[in-house]
Amino acid sequence: MSSSDKNVTQNITQVIAASSLGTLIEWYDFYIFGSLAVIIGQQLFPSDAGASALINTLAIFAAGFIVRPFGALVFGRLGDLIGRKYTFLLTLVLMGGSTFLIGLIPSYSSIGYAAPILVLILRLVQGLALGGEYGGAATYVAEHAPVGRRGFFTSWIQTTATLGLFLSLGVIVLTKNLLGAKAFADWGWRIPFLVSILLVGVSIYIRMKMHESPVFTKLKAEGKVSANPLKESFQKKVNFKMVLLALFGATMGQGVIWYTGQFYAQSFLENTCKLDFNESRYILLWAILFATPFFVVFGSWSDKVGRKWIMLTGMLLGVICYRPIYQYFIDATNVKEFQKTELVSTSEPVIERGLVKDKPDSLITTTVTKTLKSGMTFKESSTVTIPVNASDDTPKAETVIKDVTLSGQTYIMVIFLVFFQVLLVTMVYGPIAAFLVELFPTQIRYTSMSLPYHIGNGVFGGLVPFIATLVASFSGSTPLSGLWYPIAIAALSLVIGAVYIDNRIDNTVMD
Amino acid sequence: MNGLKKVLGLVWMLLGPVIILFLIMQAMDKIAIAAEGIARTNTTLQWSIIILIFIPICAGLVIFGFYAWKGEYEKLPESSSDLQG
Repeated sequence: MSSSDKNVTQNITQVIAASSLGTLIEWYDFYIFGSLAVIIGQQLFPSDAGASALINTLAIFAAGFIVRPFGALVFGRLGDLIGRKYTFLLTLVLMGGSTFLIGLIPSYSSIGYAAPILVLILRLVQGLALGGEYGGAATYVAEHAPVGRRGFFTSWIQTTATLGLFLSLGVIVLTKNLLGAKAFADWGWRIPFLVSILLVGVSIYIRMKMHESPVFTKLKAEGKVSANPLKESFQKKVNFKMVLLALFGATMGQGVIWYTGQFYAQSFLENTCKLDFNESRYILLWAILFATPFFVVFGSWSDKVGRKWIMLTGMLLGVICYRPIYQYFIDATNVKEFQKTELVSTSEPVIERGLVKDKPDSLITTTVTKTLKSGMTFKESSTVTIPVNASDDTPKAETVIKDVTLSGQTYIMVIFLVFFQVLLVTMVYGPIAAFLVELFPTQIRYTSMSLPYHIGNGVFGGLVPFIATLVASFSGSTPLSGLWYPIAIAALSLVIGAVYIDNRIDNTVMD
Repeated sequence: MNGLKKVLGLVWMLLGPVIILFLIMQAMDKIAIAAEGIARTNTTLQWSIIILIFIPICAGLVIFGFYAWKGEYEKLPESSSDLQG
């Protein structure tokens, strides 16, 4: 290796490290909110709000996704006008600042409805900042990467979204285990938000030392910077048709694969299969840990065989495999059936008494922990409502299963199947930054690639948990019905991508 | 392949309005059920947001179909100079 090659490698390594660290922190900031939705809901809304507190908190969480395309437009335009470096420095400051402030917002009991309103505003700032961050980081790295290695180098940026989710889950589980459940629910939930300011501080320091992208610097020196990137991206047919192709033929399908594998899987295991809170998170943590290196594997491979078919194979496998995988989750956790033949022991019942909300009727909840021959355990709670008025209906018991823990082979199989879904994420997501960067010219690259990316991920992908849950609530639906949304979107994107996108690798992004 | 691209262009043009109509029909159906107290998750607000978000996206799908039908995707640009055209 010549000294000039060594310098290039050293330089690109620094570029990747600095860009990836900031992007990872932004993803961390974005995802801790969702992972703490239940606790935040209890803090932001009246104590008697019940389920509506969680729904409203999830709506605030979703608002962050929906504004991402607007962030892409605002900061994408800035990035194409003033440069990549300063724009994604700005998005980092905005993201870190708003995350830190969320950790400081007083609860509903102190400032009333000002609490959720302030958090909503900060959440919107988070969404806008994220909308500007990713396109900048991907463009910046790609414009530094040597020819023929663009897929490999940009794939490091692609690992950050998954690692940000991993970091957010890890910090939350660690803080909760250190403080205990009560202290965590009271004030400890603020720590993951406050910690962000330290991470952002380090990242800003590193990014300040970085230089502007050489491609953009050259463009600026030649006076060729776009005067109006938004107009050029979306009013010129030649560019706009490529924005549409990127959205419908790639990012739309990639977005639903990403959010099905890394969000809906965990939500399904926890809410439909009734897995224990920690168990469902540990499964996802293991799956992410094993699958993350494949972002780089597929990114690098795409430099040799092209981006298109790797991404489309990921979509195809999702379309084919989602229903059998989720059917397995249901079958493997069907403890109601298993206990008929495999029940080994039942614990002493724990009895709790309370009152029905807004009524004088009494509630008696009896909970037992059952263990099966396979080693699986679960809790069975029976709640009986006893009316004060004797003329009311006879008391009826309602039984629910919760806190299922898996064992042995089933546990490993479930981890493998979640890992497989994250593997599909690495196939669709590993090469996509290089694919998008190569699709657009330097003058409008930041703007043009950011919008389809954030509509595909923020809107199509971000809505997967919400729409899938909504579809599963329709009358006559089954627990698997919600999967039709990601399957249909991935199938549509697969057909459009297969027919309209070509597999060519653009040798230069210097133009 | 170019023939297929054109024919599918017509499909995408039709698919856009079909999706919006489907969403509106689903919304009316599910909100009516929710109003009767059968399901609490399907509210007017939720469905309005979904429809509002998907209207511009479906409009984009119609435009994409139109471009495909007109043969705009028969040959994709190979360099930035093609895109600047």
